Amino acid sequence: MTTEPEITEELIAAHGLKPDEYAEILRLLNRPPSFTELGIFSAMWNEHCSYKSSKKWLRTLPTEGPQVICGPGENAGVVDIGDGQAVVFKMESHNHPSYIEPHQGAATGVGGILRDVFTMGARPIAAMNALSFGSVDHPRTRSLVHGVVEGIGSYGNCFGVPTIGGEVRFHPAYDGNCLVNAFAAGLADADKIFYSAASGVGMPVVYLGAKTGRDGVGGATMASAEFDETIEEKRPTVQVGDPFTEKRLLEACLELMRTGAVISIQDMGAAGLTCSAVEMGDKGELGVRLSLDAVPCREENMTAYEMMLSESQERMLMVLRPEKEAEAKAIFEKWDLDFAIVGETIGEDRFLVEHGGAVKADLPLRALSGSAPEYDRPWEAPAPAAALSEVPRIGPIAGLKALIGSPNYAGKQWVYEQYDHMVMADTIRRPGMGAGIVRVHGTEKALAFTADVTPRYCRANPRQGGRQAVAEAFRNLSAVGARPLATTDNLNFGNPEKPEIMGQFVGCIEGIGDACRALDMPIVSGNVSLYNETDGRAILPTPTIGAVGLLDGLDRIIAGPARPGDAAVLIGTDGGHLGQSALLWEAWGRAEGDAPPVDLEAERRNGDFLRAQHAAIRAATDLADGGLALAAFEMAEAAGTGVTLAEDDTGRLFGEDQARYLLAVDPAALDALLAAAEAAGVPARKLGGFGGETVTLGGDSAPLTELAQLYRGAFAAALG
Amino acid sequence: MKSAVIVFPGSNCDRDLAVAFEQASGTRAQMVWHKETALPQGLDIIGIPGGFSFGDYLRCGAIAARSPICQAVVDFARRGGMVLGICNGFQVLTETGLLPGVLMRNAGIKFVCKDVDLQVETADSPFTSAYARGQVIRVPVAHHDGNYVAPPELVARLRAEDRVAFSYRDNPNGSTADIAGVLSENRRVLGMMPHPERRADPALGGTDGAGLFRSLADALATA
Repeated sequence: MTTEPEITEELIAAHGLKPDEYAEILRLLNRPPSFTELGIFSAMWNEHCSYKSSKKWLRTLPTEGPQVICGPGENAGVVDIGDGQAVVFKMESHNHPSYIEPHQGAATGVGGILRDVFTMGARPIAAMNALSFGSVDHPRTRSLVHGVVEGIGSYGNCFGVPTIGGEVRFHPAYDGNCLVNAFAAGLADADKIFYSAASGVGMPVVYLGAKTGRDGVGGATMASAEFDETIEEKRPTVQVGDPFTEKRLLEACLELMRTGAVISIQDMGAAGLTCSAVEMGDKGELGVRLSLDAVPCREENMTAYEMMLSESQERMLMVLRPEKEAEAKAIFEKWDLDFAIVGETIGEDRFLVEHGGAVKADLPLRALSGSAPEYDRPWEAPAPAAALSEVPRIGPIAGLKALIGSPNYAGKQWVYEQYDHMVMADTIRRPGMGAGIVRVHGTEKALAFTADVTPRYCRANPRQGGRQAVAEAFRNLSAVGARPLATTDNLNFGNPEKPEIMGQFVGCIEGIGDACRALDMPIVSGNVSLYNETDGRAILPTPTIGAVGLLDGLDRIIAGPARPGDAAVLIGTDGGHLGQSALLWEAWGRAEGDAPPVDLEAERRNGDFLRAQHAAIRAATDLADGGLALAAFEMAEAAGTGVTLAEDDTGRLFGEDQARYLLAVDPAALDALLAAAEAAGVPARKLGGFGGETVTLGGDSAPLTELAQLYRGAFAAALG
Repeated sequence: MKSAVIVFPGSNCDRDLAVAFEQASGTRAQMVWHKETALPQGLDIIGIPGGFSFGDYLRCGAIAARSPICQAVVDFARRGGMVLGICNGFQVLTETGLLPGVLMRNAGIKFVCKDVDLQVETADSPFTSAYARGQVIRVPVAHHDGNYVAPPELVARLRAEDRVAFSYRDNPNGSTADIAGVLSENRRVLGMMPHPERRADPALGGTDGAGLFRSLADALATA
């Protein structure tokens, strides 16, 4: 056996442990840790696994409701969708790995989130991703976009889950630190959810899936540090994905779960074997003994340290009913996957790791997760945004072209055509506009999915920005007729040790909490990614909200498209808020003014109205970035017919006031709809109509075909 | 119509194909695991579904074509049995030699998933009889390696024998002569890259693909 290195101050610092954290380890153990133990502590106590800076604030979020079967704390959230079925979902970031090695970083991000979902016993039925890249002309952006999109496609397409939506944005604040947030949702029987808490003493701990290699050793620690110019040296900490193995692991796990053999199960994600074993023991109030000699390895002479910290993909840890061992083994042999008993549960509060006849770690298990440090980091609220100075005049069509000619608002076909968005043959609404919809297989129900955030707003006004992210998700679900059920949050921020960054975090969380309470969309799962900085420059605060809505019948879908002759109806107040607007940024490169305020009562009232009136509405879209003008164009483009609005004021056309929608309404249904709106106290007004060959905004006009060509070509022209 | 769908470990359109068979015929398809060496008795048709049979890290379909069940599929086809291969299934069928030509990386290098317009090139087959020759149908593609490559003499022969089943109106992958699907000499084996099973249900936005399964059900009901 090789001897383990001596514990020095440099070694402690290299593991990302602060002096006070190391002092706490000495206090807990009453002795210095071994090298393997130091690695285990660093894996459990880094920001990525311990949420040490964010925990205090995450506790303030609403996580309960009659629809919630399981909230945060497990691999994914579980929400009731009626008829004994549940939707299981989560969103998680893979930002740092994707910047270092975009293809594999993004691919393994997808793999990780899919595992989180099927670990709970759910078959994945939909995926989304929210991507933020640096400015289009930054030298690294194009290769990052290509690598990330290919990576996501390569994994999801092979695994066989439809990728049905997401976001792609470009902003210089992400030049040195792209964001890759991956969402997955699965379907399970509500009474057959699998959890991670072990139970019973002396139960076998089983290792399933792919073999362990040296890839990803120290990955979770890497994900909890800022970047600098040494980033290229970190490439070996990125894992490599194998979607074919993941697909087999999915099928084998679901098959095994049906046999009743599984007591508890946990995927090996960040900090692999360490984190999964400790979590199962901790939740079950048990200890765990691991014998690493039995771990299937694909490299020779792996040390205990490497095995405990490896982030090799497509692996699971499970506590098994001993009488079912032969049956379980046969299933994994059928799928040609490794199956090895690597330990057992023990009665004491102890995490015992043995290798080659020696004890490599002997730690108090509960303290490893329970005693993880928790910080109440100092924070300061950002100064209120300066008022918006005068906005230059711009013609309506010129303003629209500034938006649809930008990769931020152009059609994203180049991206989503690389994702299989129809596999499983239940995709009802494909990517491209608003929420994606998949049918619940074999039923007349459907689920809608959306991912939203407007980082410009979050920087200008974190609390309103946090509210707006949830409100936009609520609107996107409502606009297709879906009843918003619950939310997952993927909170991407800079270095929390800086009070102004912590202030952004706190403000956004408060706003998200406000909106989730008011709109009855509890947070059931999520992920925090901090230290998204390079050379001291932070990203825009980006709390991505993933949300799920339910359609009780396929006839409740507001499907669209608009038809020629339909009336164009604005739901909500007239626009005028140009602060932090897309127009301001895309046309003049200006980020000024306050974020639009979010009236959550109006959001709820207007969204509820839309769903109640679904039968009277042909097509609907929410008004967000780009305001009325962009919404009208997108609806017209999707329908292949023109649109005419009697508006030419810049504020009315491009203002980003909230709680608004644009509808296409059959003229025969119009009067009744407007009357119903009045009765419900919902502002509604006919602004024009669909039809013809042009997009006409007030006195300005352009052929739809010309605009559509710009819209469909701009993304590929800039980045293809 | 007694049907079976072959399941490789990386198949991911197996359920979709089984649903389409059942919707057309009213009879449930049998799922057959790739490690089996024999097929169920009395089958009318075998479906080889889309997906990534063995990860497609080598040539797509190459390992699947050498799996135990594929020998049985080849024997079944040689005895006149009917076989439908979609997407990865088409790749498997070319790798077994049941269909000529090869499928290479898309000309545009990238994976492509979108609706395409297909022209029905022949109605003279048990897979296409419900369509009219020259009819244009809209069906999705979703593949990385769908570029059908055939030498000129093979294309000439396929045309002369009326064995091109479908062609692309707007070629998405660089396929020779816009070929999207081909028939075997006896017209009882069809391989195609597009996914008719993804457009065989009105809820999914269209039923242009349903004609293929209706053709099969009709052919096998009267057989």
